Amino acid sequence: MTHKNFKTIGIGVAFSPNLKANLYEAARLSLYFESKLVLIHVGEKSQEKEQQILEFIQPFINDNLNYELVFKTGNPVDVILSVSEEKNVDLLILGALQKENFVQYYLGTIARKITRQANCSILLLIKPSVERIACKHIVVNGLNDTKTKKAISTAFYISHKLQSKKITIVEEITKQEVAVSVDDDKSLRKSAIIKERLKMREDSRVNSIIAEIPEAYKSQTITKTQSIFGKRGYSIGHYAQFIRADLLVMNAPIKTSFWDRIFPHDIEYILSELPTDVLIIQ
Amino acid sequence: MTPKKNNISLFLKQLPKNIFSGFVVSLIALPLGLGLAMASDAPAISGIITAIVGGVVVSILGGSYVTITGPGNGLVIVTLGAITTLGLEGAFAAIICSGALIMLLGFLRMGNLADFFPSSAIQGMLAAIGLIILGKQFHIMFGHKITRENTIDYLVEIPFTINDAMHYENTGLIYAAAAGLLSLAIMVFYPKLRNKYWHLIPAPMWIVVLSIAFSYYFELVLHQNNPIAKDYMIPEIPSFTEITTQLPKVSFAKIGNLAFWGSVLSLTLIASIESLLSIKAVDKLDPERRRSNVNRDLKALGLGTMLSGFVGGLNVVTVIARSSVNVNNGGSNRSANFSHAFFLVVFIVVFSTQLTRIPLPALMAILVYTGYKLASPELIKKIFSVGKEQLLIFFVTLLTTLKFGLILGISAGVIITIIIHFVINKNVTLFLRHWIKPNVLMFKENDKNSSYYVSVKHFCTFANFYRLKQKLNAISTDNDVIVDFSMCDFVDHTVMENLNNYQSAFIKSGGHFDIVGLDMHDADSKHPFALRKIAAVPKLFGYNLTKRQENLEAIANDYDLIYSADKNKNTSFLDPFLFFKTKQPNHIYNELKNDNSNSKLFDIEFSEGEFIAKEVVRTSMLHIDLQETIPVFSLDRETIIDKVYAIAGFTDINFDNHPDFSKRFHLVGEHTEAIKLFFTNELIHFFECNPYYHIESNGNSLLIFSKQRLASTKEIKALLDFGKRLRDVIAKKNKTS
Repeated sequence: MTHKNFKTIGIGVAFSPNLKANLYEAARLSLYFESKLVLIHVGEKSQEKEQQILEFIQPFINDNLNYELVFKTGNPVDVILSVSEEKNVDLLILGALQKENFVQYYLGTIARKITRQANCSILLLIKPSVERIACKHIVVNGLNDTKTKKAISTAFYISHKLQSKKITIVEEITKQEVAVSVDDDKSLRKSAIIKERLKMREDSRVNSIIAEIPEAYKSQTITKTQSIFGKRGYSIGHYAQFIRADLLVMNAPIKTSFWDRIFPHDIEYILSELPTDVLIIQ
Repeated sequence: MTPKKNNISLFLKQLPKNIFSGFVVSLIALPLGLGLAMASDAPAISGIITAIVGGVVVSILGGSYVTITGPGNGLVIVTLGAITTLGLEGAFAAIICSGALIMLLGFLRMGNLADFFPSSAIQGMLAAIGLIILGKQFHIMFGHKITRENTIDYLVEIPFTINDAMHYENTGLIYAAAAGLLSLAIMVFYPKLRNKYWHLIPAPMWIVVLSIAFSYYFELVLHQNNPIAKDYMIPEIPSFTEITTQLPKVSFAKIGNLAFWGSVLSLTLIASIESLLSIKAVDKLDPERRRSNVNRDLKALGLGTMLSGFVGGLNVVTVIARSSVNVNNGGSNRSANFSHAFFLVVFIVVFSTQLTRIPLPALMAILVYTGYKLASPELIKKIFSVGKEQLLIFFVTLLTTLKFGLILGISAGVIITIIIHFVINKNVTLFLRHWIKPNVLMFKENDKNSSYYVSVKHFCTFANFYRLKQKLNAISTDNDVIVDFSMCDFVDHTVMENLNNYQSAFIKSGGHFDIVGLDMHDADSKHPFALRKIAAVPKLFGYNLTKRQENLEAIANDYDLIYSADKNKNTSFLDPFLFFKTKQPNHIYNELKNDNSNSKLFDIEFSEGEFIAKEVVRTSMLHIDLQETIPVFSLDRETIIDKVYAIAGFTDINFDNHPDFSKRFHLVGEHTEAIKLFFTNELIHFFECNPYYHIESNGNSLLIFSKQRLASTKEIKALLDFGKRLRDVIAKKNKTS
């Protein structure tokens, strides 16, 4: 397979205590995916800054890392978005805070704004690390959606490149789909039957997607499907956290409005409390 | 999943039992109905009307199985308030409106309403209701009617009333007070007397029967008037034709009034909370472990209340004490509730004039006992053992309710609970941030034998317990469930208590329910799981053995047994026995075990019934593990009562060639043929020439005991010997066959 999912990876460079870890993660991924790394700094260009960045990624340059440094002033959100578009970045890496506080949730951080507006895939890192932490277990959503196929195939591509051991495809089934509310033993039995049927239906749908994945990507990993009856977007995040997954792959949401932030649903649940590293596939 | 049963034939088969059980329940419902109505200042008959209408409507339309409906204790205070402010006609209108609201709650699927209140606050509210009932009726019980503005004044004046009663000069009042005290004594000592014949009639009915007999004694034997003052007798009770032809006036004139809607709201809130709590408690008692459809029950209760209001009755609620009596007497479906209503109609048709012979103090003694049970010191002790902050919640709710009424009381309880949660966690944002968000994940791995995993995040208290409950309700109780709180920062007492209930429900239907991830919560002592706390308390001092325990130890040495005085909560080996179907084992203690532990003798504490019908019994029993399969049966001495029960469908297995054994022993079991084969001549002779014991088999082990009280050392030796010989007989029989 010569097909590459991520040709260009972008990362915003801010001189924070996390800079080294962020750069290491981004550079490492670029090597794994054989992609070009675009380092975007919002601010004036200076010799000193350039020197510092290059110093950090020196070990990777030695391994033939293909990189580009971009300096541009302006609003951080606009700069990162415009540069990404200009350079054809198809994966943008953002360092996230594991816990954002109550106020920020409503104001929206830079990362959140970028996540909402970007047209490329986004990788949110909750705990970037200088040392490589193996990505052992990937959880990916298996929603009944046109984007799901791409999310699943990307998850397999990543697992192949990073040599992950296990992929779990989570099918979230909402209460509305079950359509029977449990009141007594009789309705409980009825709902159990419907749930079993829905589970089979979802499994067969997901399995047909898996069948199309190239064998080379599948041979090294254990693939599992897991159906969860619960709130869409919430359950998968909680599940990923519960089973200590290393990466959660999600479909990009349909454009969200102001109300979606007040009454969160789907991906907003995950953005409000990141369970693990999250990859949003555009 | 149970296979579908043939419903109609099963129903018909169980019908005689249910009719019998309904009859027993009606014996309690009659005096309670009269008393509760009188205490609410409503006409005495309205309590009976409530039970009749409720029994008919809910038994036909309801969604629960073994519950009994009728006038409730909790509502006495609210109904009294409604009648005082709105008048009787206005109160009926308020009852009708509250019925409509309860029905609406059912349609809105608000069957989980009671879960939104902290359990200690609900207990505080119920205790306050109990104190108010007790405070008011205590004076009437002593023949000293008083009217006070404030509910607390009634309680304060109790000593004065007792003092006054000691100096009565009016014989009418002396007799009235005597009747009250005697009735209270019957209520208190009834459970203590374990006599089959005495227990044939429920305590409240004894009061009715004795007072009617007393009145006839004076009339027919002494040819005198009833010595109890006329004011302290039940006023005129209308005949059945009067009830059906003269419907009471209902006045909606005050419908625009704020006080009217205040009453409607209180009636709705208390009626639905009392019903929902009772349904939950009764479901735990149901030997078949069925799950009630609470929303459907709410609709039926609402409709029943509306109809009841139109024909001069009060709010229809599900009642715990009467339901537990129903379960204990073999009630197994809603026909028992219907038959209880039917027998009440019969009583009114036949005895309505006799009922005026009941003295009011006697009836109020029943209510005083009810009130005491709602606010008993044991309850406070139990809450204290859970945690000091629960006691604070309890008392804040209790005092606010006494002073400012029910709605403000329960609100205060909720608010203080929230504040306590904030203080314990020193964190407000934890609650505010995550309250409206989902926090529960439930999943089952796709392979066949895996358990359900339930993980809870953030916090889990009464405020969001419904989310967890919703998930748990979707699992049938014969599955294995693991509830993980390791991602949860705070779990409150209400949740722990509810999970405890789930745990016992799962264990009883063969599932497992494990709670994990709480070990890291260092604040455990502040929101404990009662069981866990007991284990954690270090035993600083050794046991002080009683005389009996020393004797038991001596027996253990004599017979080479191992003796342990500790309380043992693991009583699940008793669950399969028929005897424990309707009884709740609390713990066993004073165990005498043999080396290979296949037989043990122990003292057991179990309870039977709920609330005012609750009886705690301690008995010595012998349990023998047979390590072979025998039929399931129960053998006891045959009594006149068994002959009566036989009419109601409890069949006795008899042997044609052993008339003496058949006459003397009462043998029941499902598989008649297998049992007849098992009871060989030798075994029958063994039973014939030995003292009577209650012997029960659950298929592979035996449970043997004699009386429902603790055995003396001599009796224990006899029991050990009997068990040993019985076992030899069975072993020998199986070897030869």
